[in-house]
Amino acid sequence: MTKVTSIVVGAGLAGLSAAYSLARDSIDVLVVERGDYPGAKNITGGRMYFLPIRSLFPELWDEAPWERHIVREVLTGVSKCSSLSIEFSNQKYNNKPYHSFTILGSRFNKWFAQKVAEKGARVINKYKVDDLILDNGKVKGIVVGGAQIEADVVIAADGTMSQIAEKAGLRGKREPQDFALGVKEVIALSPQTIEGRFRLKADEGIAQLFVGSLTKGMLGAGFLYTNRDCISLGLVLGIKDLTDCHLNVMPYELLEEFKLRPEIVPLINGGESVEYSAHVLSESGIKGMPKLFGDGILVAGDAAGMAMNMGLTVRGMEFAIASGALAAEAVRMAKKQNDFSAGALSKYQDLLKESFVWKDLNTFRHAPDVLANPRLFGEYPQLACTMMEKLMTVGEEPKKKLSTTISKELRSRLALSLLRDSFRFWRM
Amino acid sequence: MVEVNIKDKLALDTFKPAKESHLKLNQELCRGCKVRCCLFVCPARVYTMDEQSEIHIEFEACLECGTCLIACPHNAIQWNYPQGGFGVQFRYG
Ligand SMILES: Cc1cc2nc3c(=O)[nH]c(=O)nc-3n(C[C@H](O)[C@H](O)[C@H](O)COP(=O)(O)OP(=O)(O)OC[C@H]3O[C@@H](n4cnc5c(N)ncnc54)[C@H](O)[C@@H]3O)c2cc1C
Ligand code: SF4
Ligand code: SF4
Repeated sequence: MTKVTSIVVGAGLAGLSAAYSLARDSIDVLVVERGDYPGAKNITGGRMYFLPIRSLFPELWDEAPWERHIVREVLTGVSKCSSLSIEFSNQKYNNKPYHSFTILGSRFNKWFAQKVAEKGARVINKYKVDDLILDNGKVKGIVVGGAQIEADVVIAADGTMSQIAEKAGLRGKREPQDFALGVKEVIALSPQTIEGRFRLKADEGIAQLFVGSLTKGMLGAGFLYTNRDCISLGLVLGIKDLTDCHLNVMPYELLEEFKLRPEIVPLINGGESVEYSAHVLSESGIKGMPKLFGDGILVAGDAAGMAMNMGLTVRGMEFAIASGALAAEAVRMAKKQNDFSAGALSKYQDLLKESFVWKDLNTFRHAPDVLANPRLFGEYPQLACTMMEKLMTVGEEPKKKLSTTISKELRSRLALSLLRDSFRFWRM
Repeated sequence: MVEVNIKDKLALDTFKPAKESHLKLNQELCRGCKVRCCLFVCPARVYTMDEQSEIHIEFEACLECGTCLIACPHNAIQWNYPQGGFGVQFRYG
């Protein structure tokens, strides 16, 4: 039987980050990925916040296949026939080091895997890890393609639907309220068209979030990111609402309706749809995390539930990269002592707790409860749009005073709950 | 609601279907199921129902997202990824 020091299951951001760190420390590592190539199965939004991970692999980032750095953030509330946008731009977002970048999962991971291989790790594609070799609950290696490969430690970086963490007994059943479905389309447009339509210079990009009637009252949101030569457009829909929902509407129909909205049509006009994808995201943050370590095993990235909707920011990529690197660090320490027991590998959790990953997930631990509020996705965007309509429209009747219009809207609608929800959002 | 032919959307992607389905149903549990949410949560319309109210799976179209497994209230789906090197292969991601 073959034996290696470490095996990484999955060549996503978490797995590749772990493998890169291990290979850099000259630790024997084998990455096993089920896709045809690294990136073949990696769906993201996506925007990556750069500053938290900048110091991890400084030698890599200059040549990374970033799509565009974000210089403008737009939040759009939509009702059936109107919309209200808040646009935020910041000169600082145009200074290096950039604050955040858009990426495409397949392009990025293909490049990252190449860097991992150059460092000396072995990356095998087209193989799915079918099982773990278990000995009295201790993980001793993997079963892949009918063969067994022994290892001192296995890092499960196999994404949100991680079966490896399950097989190791580290995670239980997934509940609908803790997950969302993301559906996404990539629409190709020339860089010049993108820059013209979105008022951007070369390499600059925007990130836009949509809430309101586009999800038909379901917990969820729409997103638009500009890439170099295409646009990522998608919806995130809470699985509980999707399951309870008797709207008789399919996720792809909602996506199509989103594409046909007057706010979107002129942005994608003439563009060619080149990909349709879907993937679940964990929405429960720290509460939904599985056990992160066991004898001979560590869990990193989405497999460890390290992704989160924090209201105006969706995060998962930096958590995946950072947790992968910390898992590698724990392996390095375990190897020094030649002790890969759960006790020794628990160092991983300590390292995580000292890092931004744990701190951010902990700070936003109430976010899922605050965001599981249907008013945020239905009534409030509607209220904002109605109020704007009344303020902006001049009809046949004499116009009311601004204060009258606003206070009437607020009184007639949900003033108290708005106040209460704003407070909860503020404290989140 | 707009009409969408899901086949047109799926035609944008590259699929390498395996011989055997990676998704299996416990039809017994499905027969007793009232919600049948697999029919409307799946972004690839993998699940359909025939006149006899039996659920069918077109596994070749699966986007491997995981939604059906999480959504099914009766744990009727034996969910797996396709065999390595098969299934959908994304170029953008
Ligand atoms: C629609 C959507 C939008 C998002 N938007 C954002 C965003 O804007 N910003 C952000 O930061 N995050 C976002 N996220 C979250 C972010 O994409 C993830 O947190 C991150 O990509 C997780 O990386 P990972 O390496 O943990 O998992 P993955 O990228 O899922 O990688 C797991 C890998 O493991 C492989 N694998 C699984 N099982 C096996 C097996 N048994 N054998 C071999 N290989 C296996 C898979 O093929 C895959 O390549 C979004 C997610 C989605 C779905
Ligand atoms: S798969 Fe689940 S949701 Fe679908 S019919 Fe069967 S039991 Fe019901
Ligand atoms: S994994 Fe996703 S695409 Fe595949 S059958 Fe289930 S819901 Fe449909």
